[in-house]
Amino acid sequence: MSGFRAAVVTFPGSNCDRDMAVALEAASGAAPIRVWHGDAQLPERLDFIALPGGFSYGDYLRSGAMAARSPIMRAVVEAAGRGVPVLGVCNGFQVLTEAGLLPGALMRNAAITFVCRDARLKVENSQSLFTSGFGAGDEIVIPVAHHDGNYFADDGTLDRIEGEGRVAFRYLDNVNGSARSIAGVLGEAGNVLGMMPHPERAIEDAQGGSDGRILFESAVKGLVGA
Amino acid sequence: MKVRVHVSLKPGVLDPQGRAIHHSLEGLGFSGVRDVRAGRLIELDVDDATSDEALDEMCRKLLANMVIENYRIEKVPAAEASA
Repeated sequence: MSGFRAAVVTFPGSNCDRDMAVALEAASGAAPIRVWHGDAQLPERLDFIALPGGFSYGDYLRSGAMAARSPIMRAVVEAAGRGVPVLGVCNGFQVLTEAGLLPGALMRNAAITFVCRDARLKVENSQSLFTSGFGAGDEIVIPVAHHDGNYFADDGTLDRIEGEGRVAFRYLDNVNGSARSIAGVLGEAGNVLGMMPHPERAIEDAQGGSDGRILFESAVKGLVGA
Repeated sequence: MKVRVHVSLKPGVLDPQGRAIHHSLEGLGFSGVRDVRAGRLIELDVDDATSDEALDEMCRKLLANMVIENYRIEKVPAAEASA
């Protein structure tokens, strides 16, 4: 599976980019290409793009707002439009909503406090590229660590994404006040996933669990075959 | 030209920060505060020739997140701006 070409984007203030690269390499056998926010172009023939967690641009203005307008994001939006899979985790999820690739917004946690703990999730959609290794309704454990993870969208949007099966994961204990306990959302075409929990922090048992590894392996399997 | 952009959460969007401020005010003994909503004030210094359309676009493209926020543009009179 060394043919798997993934890119991990690093913004100023990203801090999970290395973990993301390690997780992708563990699942695919190929080290991802590291891309800088100021690059105007992505490498060619990418199979996968990952936007990591962190505090890009110090969360200035709004979490993810500045990163969403950086040069590399124009290329990411264009690639997503062509169908290239894009995974945004935590700050990466915030960037995807700010860039308009996913609906809704991530607001300050309802309890105001930063939340850093294991989160139990329910897999709502097990048919997507990212979640095909799970069973529908599976309970999994993935860590969360964020201050702005409170998912918000208006009721019409929430009804629509639920109806279209675009809620990928839901919190079993709503750790941040998210609307309808939504933890992860798929884009309209199914090739973009944003989620607040960190699957790259759960790829081997030494980390306390390996449920996150299934997500990366699902994507690799779906893209280059088992 | 000095321009103030007032960004506020849309009505109906829960404001955890406003709620925390509200609780703190009550904790300090202030009564009669019915609701608190926190927003953001952004001051711009732009060329006088800057069009209203351009200011509007700045707000919609970056300064406000239209999913959750409204904005109001206030042009500051020159006398007040230099004071």
